[in-house]
Amino acid sequence: MPREAKRGEVIEIRIAIQHPMETGFRFDLMGRSIPKNVVNSLVVRYNGAEIFSAEMGSGIAANPYLQFYTVAEASGALVFEWVDDSGERGSERATIAVNG
Amino acid sequence: METPRRRFFSMLAGFTAFVLLPGRNAHAAIESLAPLVNKITKGAPLREGRVKLEIPRLADNGHSVPLRIAVDSPMTPADHVRTLTLLSEKNPRPVMATFHLGPKAGRPELATRVRLATSQRVLVVAELSDGSFWSASAEVEVTESACLDAS
Repeated sequence: MPREAKRGEVIEIRIAIQHPMETGFRFDLMGRSIPKNVVNSLVVRYNGAEIFSAEMGSGIAANPYLQFYTVAEASGALVFEWVDDSGERGSERATIAVNG
Repeated sequence: METPRRRFFSMLAGFTAFVLLPGRNAHAAIESLAPLVNKITKGAPLREGRVKLEIPRLADNGHSVPLRIAVDSPMTPADHVRTLTLLSEKNPRPVMATFHLGPKAGRPELATRVRLATSQRVLVVAELSDGSFWSASAEVEVTESACLDAS
């Protein structure tokens, strides 16, 4: 996403999460089923307010990639938080300076 | 009286109906997903239009198929896209993802990459703030499927 924007401008946000998005349909070399483990939720907050969220399943490709938009309203931070089926959480933060 | 000419015309009519059938198949996929769609729309009608789904007609690899959704919406507090649901006709889990947008999304567009188990139709359902549901679908030919068996 851009580091700077004009107030009211629509900005593009792109996020890629490194994750295997294990479907639960695969087997390891010993023939054991590999349990399903996907990033099932992603929530994006802009200065605390939710602007976008996703519920994902095994139909989303490994290393899930998302591109979406928001309106640059005020300088501050966007916080991206996700959680997978095993309960592992991740988060990322990006700041933006809004002019005008 | 059955004249050869009349017979020819009736044959022609039958043939035309046959040729037109593939167009109607577009709804067949939606029909197999009907119970799911009904759950999403809570019984409200699902209309075609206002949504654009860009996805390759031919995907070499079903593991990662890029797609882009665009909805015709002003994205104002009064009129915006609430959710986008991506459905697959033939994946073992038909609901691929649900995205929650809102007036703060600014532009009713989204891009991601999906897994497709086999050649099939992909359906996107958009829920608008006025409670209406709109859809678009596209047929994707997958040459190498996202493997579901041992690998």
